[in-house]
Amino acid sequence: MVEKSCLLKMEGVSKSFPGVKALKDVTFTLNRGEVHVLMGENGAGKSTLMKVLAGLYNRDAGRILLNGHDVAFHSPSEAIAAGISMIHQELMPIPHLTVAENIYLGREPVTFLRTIDRRKLEAMTRELFERLHLNIDPWSIMKDLSVAEMQMVEIAKATSWNSDIIIMDEPTSAITDQEVENLFRIIRQLKNEGSGIIYISHKMDEIFEIGDIITVFRDGEYVQTCPIKGLERSRLISMMVGREIQDIFPKTECAIADTILEVKDLTLPGIFEKLSFQLHRGEILGIAGLMGAGRTELVETLFGIRKKSEGRIIKDGKAIIITSPSDAIANGFAIVSEDRKDVGLVLKMSVGRNLTLTTLKNYTFWGQFMQEKREHVSIQDQIRRLSIKTAGEGQQVSTLSGGNQQKVVIGKWLLSNPDILIMDEPTRGIDVAAKAEIHKMICSLACEGKGIILISSELPEIIGMSDRVLVMHEGQITGELGRNDFTQECIMHMATGQCLED
Amino acid sequence: MNIVRLCERTSKFGIYIAFILLCVVLSILSPYFFTVKNIVNILNQVSIIGIIAVGSTIVLISGGLDLSPGAIVAVAGVMAAHFGHPGQYPIIVPITVAVATGLAFGAVNGVLTSLGKIPPFIVTLGTMTIGRGLALLACDGMQVIDLSERYISLANSEIFGIPILIILFALVFAVFQFVLTKMRFGRHIYAVGGNETASHVSGLNVNSIKIAVYMLAGALAGFGGLLLSSRTVVGSPIAGQGYELDAIAAAVIGGTSTTGGVGKLTGTIIGALMIQVISNGLDMINVPSYWQQIVKGSIIILAVFIDMRSRNKG
Repeated sequence: MVEKSCLLKMEGVSKSFPGVKALKDVTFTLNRGEVHVLMGENGAGKSTLMKVLAGLYNRDAGRILLNGHDVAFHSPSEAIAAGISMIHQELMPIPHLTVAENIYLGREPVTFLRTIDRRKLEAMTRELFERLHLNIDPWSIMKDLSVAEMQMVEIAKATSWNSDIIIMDEPTSAITDQEVENLFRIIRQLKNEGSGIIYISHKMDEIFEIGDIITVFRDGEYVQTCPIKGLERSRLISMMVGREIQDIFPKTECAIADTILEVKDLTLPGIFEKLSFQLHRGEILGIAGLMGAGRTELVETLFGIRKKSEGRIIKDGKAIIITSPSDAIANGFAIVSEDRKDVGLVLKMSVGRNLTLTTLKNYTFWGQFMQEKREHVSIQDQIRRLSIKTAGEGQQVSTLSGGNQQKVVIGKWLLSNPDILIMDEPTRGIDVAAKAEIHKMICSLACEGKGIILISSELPEIIGMSDRVLVMHEGQITGELGRNDFTQECIMHMATGQCLED
Repeated sequence: MNIVRLCERTSKFGIYIAFILLCVVLSILSPYFFTVKNIVNILNQVSIIGIIAVGSTIVLISGGLDLSPGAIVAVAGVMAAHFGHPGQYPIIVPITVAVATGLAFGAVNGVLTSLGKIPPFIVTLGTMTIGRGLALLACDGMQVIDLSERYISLANSEIFGIPILIILFALVFAVFQFVLTKMRFGRHIYAVGGNETASHVSGLNVNSIKIAVYMLAGALAGFGGLLLSSRTVVGSPIAGQGYELDAIAAAVIGGTSTTGGVGKLTGTIIGALMIQVISNGLDMINVPSYWQQIVKGSIIILAVFIDMRSRNKG
């Protein structure tokens, strides 16, 4: 173990954007051989601070001391040269280049003719992957990789610089539990080699597993730094939100009534075959499983986004045909999709326009002519009902925080007054307070008699919210558990395909 | 600080301010510029390209791109002229022929880009080339002359002293402004251009919206072709050269995004006027026409640059 010497010190760092003070006089210290977790709600300033450190933003005030020297980076390449690399929350691969070319982009080994030395490039990549226990072909084209593999390549790239400081901004948002384990092993290895890791995540379990020390930010201000060992979860949450949240999962029991949806032998070739299940009014049906288990594909097929090859969908006792999302909507389905930015919202449009997108026809006469006053009333209602924090219905939706964006997606679908609400990772990347609000919303919708399908990769969320859980593994339903039966271990076993007898 | 803030506020209206400044400068340089006669002249000259630019704007807002309007102008003009000889058909026939030609082109563009999933740049580059060929074929390479009085009056008469072209332009603008801002279909155009996947999942019929948009743009180009042949008193297979680019330039100068989802017709009008005013004004102060092209090109780039800067700050 390397001695814990101070690697980085940031003092009094401030940064403003037009209209917002993103960082106010923030202090942050990182030691060698330490995993320092940064936590805070969305918009608390974590990512901004890291972007200042990595040279993507210029600070307005404050000092950054790297190994005791005053530094200021004006571009990411300067930061990298000084030994700071960053794994970004949003992946930035060059899709048509190979894995090896992506990793060593801009610093490819060359032959004496100044052409790329492919053999050396391959050797370097293989060596790197070996060190990280990654099983990816260096010559695969980037775009052919799964999202999880791309994320691992991105992680490999960040470590390939042999940086002193590695910033990881939600590195596990797209990878499976197994790969998380692998990542943690890599992190421990880097730690032992004396690097300092800055780790940003919303996932409590991870933080407690991998973190040594934690700093909490709130509204662009430094709140507190303390060791993770011995820290109570509830205390951490109250540090983040500035108040106590009693129930993270405010599950309210409500009456589960008759069957609203029955799916029989649903098949999407190559992904899943002959899946059958039922959903009842007032029920929250959780679907658990690892990434790639086919959960998202299942609900997308239900909603008509993907074309099923066979199977029947029966709603309220009647067989229905769904070949497109508009059919699904007409039959009372709604979907809050996994990908808020690409599927849930039209980012270039305003909050109001997004809210009424699916139900626009309700605010027209003769189906075409807009009745803007009625629309306005409805939008205002919805903003109030879901307490969406916005400057007004005309604000562009891309400028809202993640939690509020998600509320707009939910609000949009609630306006269509669905009977069946599909929620695919409804709280991914959302801060704790907004999460709790969304959970409350889901419960009250169930109590109104709607059937709810909830997909989540966070087991505590599945366990806390669901009345019944289906577990999927490689396109099959490997288990079904009632509320009294599910534990994390049990679900994990089924999700990894190991059947439990008891 | 106040000046900075003022600049930030006004950057939204940058194109309007630039346009007014341009007019002021030209008025000072040439006393003839700011006269009723010259203004009417400018408006009259801008009308046909303006009508076509309305179509290009809605295509761009829907996330598409249309390179075929110039060729449609030629085909529609030649086709309409065939039915426009004196004493043959009622005037409604050439009008219908021109618009139908445009609609047909638009339908091909729309179907190939939406259902065929071919990039619009490729599709409309193809239909543009095909259109140029068809225009020559339709008249065997010869201009169609001998048009009826009624046909010629389509673009060359006045109503209450106002040239009819200006009135038609105003009407087209008004109708499409209404469609874009007050109709569900208009909302759908913005949504599809902003995010096709999200629109599809929200229950919109993305393909039919795209096809409709291309058809409308085609119809406007066809109508523009009819008016041009009337104005020039000839159905020419080489008419409308470069109109597609002028139309796109007008839209882009007016703030329409080339990546879809953003744009306003009022901006397009100003954009079209800007191009016209520049060439008119430069003529007036005796700048050679070669230079006008250079100025026009620079303005397009500058306009988009300023627009992007202001957007990023906002």
